[in-house]
Amino acid sequence: MKIVIVGCGRVGAAVAEAYDRAGHDVIILDSSTRAFERLPSAFAGQAIRGDGTDEDVLRRAGAEGADVFISLTEGDNRNVMAAQLANEALGVGRVIAKINDPVRATAYAELGIATLCRTGLMMDAIDGFLGLPRSGLPGMLTPTGHHGGPGHEAAHAAAVPTVAGATGPGPVATQEV
Amino acid sequence: MFVLVVGGGKVGYYLAKELIESGHEVALMEKDASRARQIADEIGSIVIAHDGCEGKYLAEAGCNRADVVAAVTGDDEDNLVICQMAKHHFDVPRTIARVNNPKNEALFRHLGVDELISPTRMILGSIEQDIPVHELLHLAALGEGELELIEAHLQTGSPAIGRASKDLSIPEGCSLFAVIRDGVATPLRPDTVMLEGDKIIAIGKQECRDLLHDQLIGDPEAAAAG
Repeated sequence: MKIVIVGCGRVGAAVAEAYDRAGHDVIILDSSTRAFERLPSAFAGQAIRGDGTDEDVLRRAGAEGADVFISLTEGDNRNVMAAQLANEALGVGRVIAKINDPVRATAYAELGIATLCRTGLMMDAIDGFLGLPRSGLPGMLTPTGHHGGPGHEAAHAAAVPTVAGATGPGPVATQEV
Repeated sequence: MFVLVVGGGKVGYYLAKELIESGHEVALMEKDASRARQIADEIGSIVIAHDGCEGKYLAEAGCNRADVVAAVTGDDEDNLVICQMAKHHFDVPRTIARVNNPKNEALFRHLGVDELISPTRMILGSIEQDIPVHELLHLAALGEGELELIEAHLQTGSPAIGRASKDLSIPEGCSLFAVIRDGVATPLRPDTVMLEGDKIIAIGKQECRDLLHDQLIGDPEAAAAG
């Protein structure tokens, strides 16, 4: 699969390294070249310096025609905008954005992007460890709608089968995001 | 009207001030605490010192009863998210975004932001009046924002050149009503033949934009290449 990742922080770098090692075609972007120091020397994918919310930059990086687009910068809104650009302007079917604000995470899942909310994931991990009931906060959410309204829903839901498998406050990632 | 302004920079500050002076109810969100205090000292306690991108604070600011939300921060991604949250999560009838990168205009419009103000585009338009701008120019929003006033500058590649307006397939809900030729504005009649260099003034629903673009602007790059 061709996988585009925006944001080469701890998580972005780890995801890039893992998918690269698994033989996928990985492109990772960050606005700072220093961030790429987190990648192993054996990384065979492409590391490109640039702003992932700029359509021109994404096109030049070859994000068009990607199978998966994952936006993992530290800014919720940057992730939202990058993911929507990938989805709307570059035609990438499966997009995932890290959104740490639970309200926005839920809202954007309803608007058609898969969202990953650290707040919910960590809360559930803590509750799990302490044996307490789940918080009910969003963790990984599957897109349930589309900004264009209900007409798009069916096509969209069909386009995201693997993300659907990872929904809900299920297995918990405890690494720092 | 209750207007929620997000972003307390120069634009947000003067916007809030003018709105208050015209008698509107205003709330201004500014996440920088010291900037928020400074504005509150100057124009009163309408300032909410929180991040307007965060759902929880938007709710606290009364976003769900806002008639208009104006997102005027310096960051496009923030303005987009503020408007989308206002529109889809809080059912705000009218959202306005400041757009810094003109290339983001299409995306913002496509994602449902009602009105876009692009200072970059406006200044560019002023400087480069003679340099072709291959886009429909948004002049103003009408009604509740569902209609817009548009200018189209007909240049090489426009399928409208040499044709009368009655021969174009103008989408329903749109009206071409004036032509500016050599600086003179005249009503556009069904049999007026359009010429290169004409500026056509139209009113239409926002969703007609793409169709109108095809009819009036066409594909100038393809024309230049051919």
